[in-house]
Amino acid sequence: MKFSEQWLREWVNPKLSTQALVSQITMAGLEVDSVEPAAAILSQVVVGEILSAEPHPNADKLKVCTVSSGTDSHQVVCGAPNARPGIKVPFALVGAKLDDFKIKKAKLRGVESFGMLCSERELGLSENHEGLMELADDAPVGADINGYLLLDDNIIEVDLTPNRSDCLGIIGLARETGLMNNLDVCTPDMQPVAAAHNDEVAVHLAALEGCPRFVGRVVRDVDLTATTPLWLTEKLRRSGIRSIDPVVDVTNYIMLELNQPMHAYDLNRLTGDITVRESTKGEQLTLLNGNQTTLAAGTLLITDASGPIGMAGIMGGASTAVQSDTRDIYLEAAFFAPIAIAGRARAYSMHTDAAHRFERGVDYQGQVRAMERATQLLLMIAGGRPGPLVDTVNEADLPQAVEVRLRAARVARVLGMDIDDADIENILKRLEFEFCLDPTGEDRAWLVQSPSHRFDINIEADLIEEISRIIGYEALPVTQPVATLSMLEATETQSSGKRLKQRLIDRGYSEAISYSFVDSDLQQRLSPEAIAVALKNPLSSEMSVMRTTLVGGLLKALVHNQNRQQTNVRLFEIGLVFHQHDQSVLSFDTIAQQEQLAMVLSGQRFPEGWANSSDSVDFFDLKGDLEALLGEPGLTFQACEISGFQVGQSARILKDNVPLGQIGLLEASVAAQFDLRAPAYVAEIDLALALRQHVPSVQEVSKYPGVRRDIAILVARSVTATSVRSVIEMSAGDTLLHLKLFDVYMGKGIDPNQKSVGLGLTFQHPSRTLTDEEINTAMAEVVQALESELQAQLR
Amino acid sequence: MSDLDALRLEALTAVASATELSEIEALRVQYLGKKGAITSQLKTLGQLPEADRPGAGARINQVKTEVDAAINARWQSQTAIAEAAKVQASAIDVTLPGRGLQRGALHPVSLVLERIEQFFHSVGFESVVGPEIEDDYHNFEALNLPAHHPARAMHDTFYLTDSLLLRTHTSPVQVRTMESQKPPFRIICPGKTYRVDPPDPSHLPMFHQVEGLMVDEHCSFADLKGMITEFLRVFFERDDLKVRFRPSYFPFTEPSAEVDVQCVHCSGTGHCRVCSSTGWLEVMGSGMVHPRVLEMSGIDSEKYLGFAFGMGPERLAMLRYGVSDMRHFVENDLRFLEQFQ
Repeated sequence: MKFSEQWLREWVNPKLSTQALVSQITMAGLEVDSVEPAAAILSQVVVGEILSAEPHPNADKLKVCTVSSGTDSHQVVCGAPNARPGIKVPFALVGAKLDDFKIKKAKLRGVESFGMLCSERELGLSENHEGLMELADDAPVGADINGYLLLDDNIIEVDLTPNRSDCLGIIGLARETGLMNNLDVCTPDMQPVAAAHNDEVAVHLAALEGCPRFVGRVVRDVDLTATTPLWLTEKLRRSGIRSIDPVVDVTNYIMLELNQPMHAYDLNRLTGDITVRESTKGEQLTLLNGNQTTLAAGTLLITDASGPIGMAGIMGGASTAVQSDTRDIYLEAAFFAPIAIAGRARAYSMHTDAAHRFERGVDYQGQVRAMERATQLLLMIAGGRPGPLVDTVNEADLPQAVEVRLRAARVARVLGMDIDDADIENILKRLEFEFCLDPTGEDRAWLVQSPSHRFDINIEADLIEEISRIIGYEALPVTQPVATLSMLEATETQSSGKRLKQRLIDRGYSEAISYSFVDSDLQQRLSPEAIAVALKNPLSSEMSVMRTTLVGGLLKALVHNQNRQQTNVRLFEIGLVFHQHDQSVLSFDTIAQQEQLAMVLSGQRFPEGWANSSDSVDFFDLKGDLEALLGEPGLTFQACEISGFQVGQSARILKDNVPLGQIGLLEASVAAQFDLRAPAYVAEIDLALALRQHVPSVQEVSKYPGVRRDIAILVARSVTATSVRSVIEMSAGDTLLHLKLFDVYMGKGIDPNQKSVGLGLTFQHPSRTLTDEEINTAMAEVVQALESELQAQLR
Repeated sequence: MSDLDALRLEALTAVASATELSEIEALRVQYLGKKGAITSQLKTLGQLPEADRPGAGARINQVKTEVDAAINARWQSQTAIAEAAKVQASAIDVTLPGRGLQRGALHPVSLVLERIEQFFHSVGFESVVGPEIEDDYHNFEALNLPAHHPARAMHDTFYLTDSLLLRTHTSPVQVRTMESQKPPFRIICPGKTYRVDPPDPSHLPMFHQVEGLMVDEHCSFADLKGMITEFLRVFFERDDLKVRFRPSYFPFTEPSAEVDVQCVHCSGTGHCRVCSSTGWLEVMGSGMVHPRVLEMSGIDSEKYLGFAFGMGPERLAMLRYGVSDMRHFVENDLRFLEQFQ
């Protein structure tokens, strides 16, 4: 809500500077967004009258004008198309200042010019620069323009929260300002206007819940060509509304001033009685803005004998609109209940000022007042003969003032401070709340009724909020809560995500955060099996489905870095992925939301440096990181073809035989789709499973020396390290302490189908020294088992 | 006897000029070995008259001891020189960079989240997380935001179906906690939240929130002020940080307050792009839990009171670390991230 500071001060004028006033409004809970001067700062700009306008001898588009400044006449060269004798315009004298721009004597195409005639833009009033700003015929020539246009003003914009729609009008802002400063508010004259004839339009309320009150009045012989006075159009302008014609201007003015949206109909285009009812599905209505709307069922309508003539509280219809030839009008000021308007404007994509107010709520007792004030203004500006005011109302369906019980003890408990009864009562009084002490007298309490303009007061907490707001939050005490101590759970079988992150960082990974919504096609390439959940209203196709894997986001981050000369990339992300269990109906229970960890690795193993090798990373870098992260015991990797990964360089990861996730080299075609410039190794695991850990159970460390025997064997290339390990572990007996696989060799000197594997076996007994003989026997068992089970040859 | 003197002189001179350890060892053999020149002198004793022998023997031994000592001394000094030379040869440029990996960095949003959690854990708050795809009930209805409530306009929501959405705040986690547990509660709910805002310097369609909730029998607005003020002072590490509570409106709290801190950039002194010269920065929303919200989750609002607060880690990270554009938080540019090592 934007409004003129002077307008507010007409209603209530505290002795506060603009800055102090604005700060007070903010601290009352009506946050001021901006304060701007209503116009550029002007000096020596006066009301001028063009006495003559002759063509310029040397330029077709310029005119040489004689302009009166009241006391003198001046020669001014002007290019405005509307410069003509007889009009009154803002005239900047030589020496005038318009903002930072100073007017000097000048020669334009050889003709001297003393001063400048101004457009609205040059005065900083609007962006209008089509021609000179034409002032009213009765503007006093020579008067200072600041005073004449009431420019010494500020435009204040408040960002109102949805509960305070009572402040969507000057009346509400004035009430707040008055109560904050303990000042009375001067309301303008809103006395009933006497009827000059008896013409009425009958109104039937057929949707009482949506519209329990409809105030109407016929005004005949209105002159639409009349000019709306400057003081009124300037107020509208400062609230961001353009002047149209006297009728529209007056209805807009009432909306801004009294927070009551109104509507004017061309009386002669109405057919029969008015009925307010709900629409049936498929009804048609052409709106004021020309849009032809097919209505859904349940939209509140204003109708006459011809059918719908307006969408109640949102926008009027075209068929009964006031037009330039309109003489007789019918004015409407109704109460439409929030419930009947809320959501409708949005459903029809019509967020009008009226809808904004009605869906938040307007004063249900404000309609008669608004009608009287509007009639008065209209008669003053455009003449006309008013008919009687007709208030069609069903009191029972108007909002009922709720009686709220306010307990002094509760106020103290919620706010943490005792407040004197007298102070509470004073605040209630200033808020125009009606109250009395609760006669039951069980505890100190009041029965409070809020006025009709405050429909946000329904429970005790609402009143406590009002009291605290008026006292001022700054005045409330500051204490620390006192509570019973309780310890937080800390299970040792689950490591913390924080610790996991720290380990990753220590191993060179940086943390990424990427969007949870991704490009559907790209994701399809990464995880074709997963069923992604789509957004109904995505920002773009690249953000259209929920991620089923974190890898896509990391690859985007990788490309971003590769494209910026950051080629050694280690990134990880922890976040939720979202799967639909199956193609059945989407519901909260059919969506899995699982926390995952993903890592991506690309570029060289070490940063470039004199002491670092320049080898590229490979599968085993990432695997080593995972082993360090998750702890080797119980962790296994099974070769496995996985979509998106290169065949032969991908594996399923298991911990204690439970599938945990996958690891591998991204397949070249997928990498190309993401525009990767170098191979990328990725891993993704289930975070909850990964964080599981065993509570340590210690094995006694043997005091006796271990004995190590190394062997090298030749096996087929297809024999995996895991199978070698399991054969050895099965055959070596209980005294095998460690098995190290210290060498794998393929190439020169070896059958191309075979590889040489170097193994170091360490034997140790818990309670004695092992003999050579025992170790020899164990080794013989191992060799024999390797030979028979893996066709290995000892080298 | 002049032979012995000459020999002594010759040996001592030779020792003094020997530099290599092998050379010194050779001199030891040459003079003091079994067949060495000085050792050989002892063999000539037999040719001397009986009475002269002890004196002559003593003199030879004296020379032998003297030369031996000279050789040892020379050996030691030359060894030390050789060692020193070896050490010198192995000297390195200690200013060369070390070998191996650099560590990575925690995302600044995580950094802020961790700090927030640390502070609240230290006063007994527990972190609770919940689903990011929520139902309308937990995200809105249970928080006193029924369908068509005008406040819903403040939450531009991503929908999956008419009743499933991406949570617009982490408050539904509070609702789920209140539904499933019994008060008192002290929880904070960190996590991702979503609103339909195209990315620009001050908006992201996905951002983070930490919401806190305390529900207890004694728990007042004054306590809320105390806890929030303390938190902000600890977070910004400024004991005298000015904190301002300003009336506002949230459907799920009443009274509600926006929390402003004195501008951390200009300290409230004026012309400042961070605070638009207002001197204040809005950093949190807070308030006393609306009685209806407690009741909807089955909590007796007469017995229990609660306060709740919510803040945006991105906003706090921007203020704390001087990040100028929200979009940096989702680009994952290593040159940005690595500044948080």
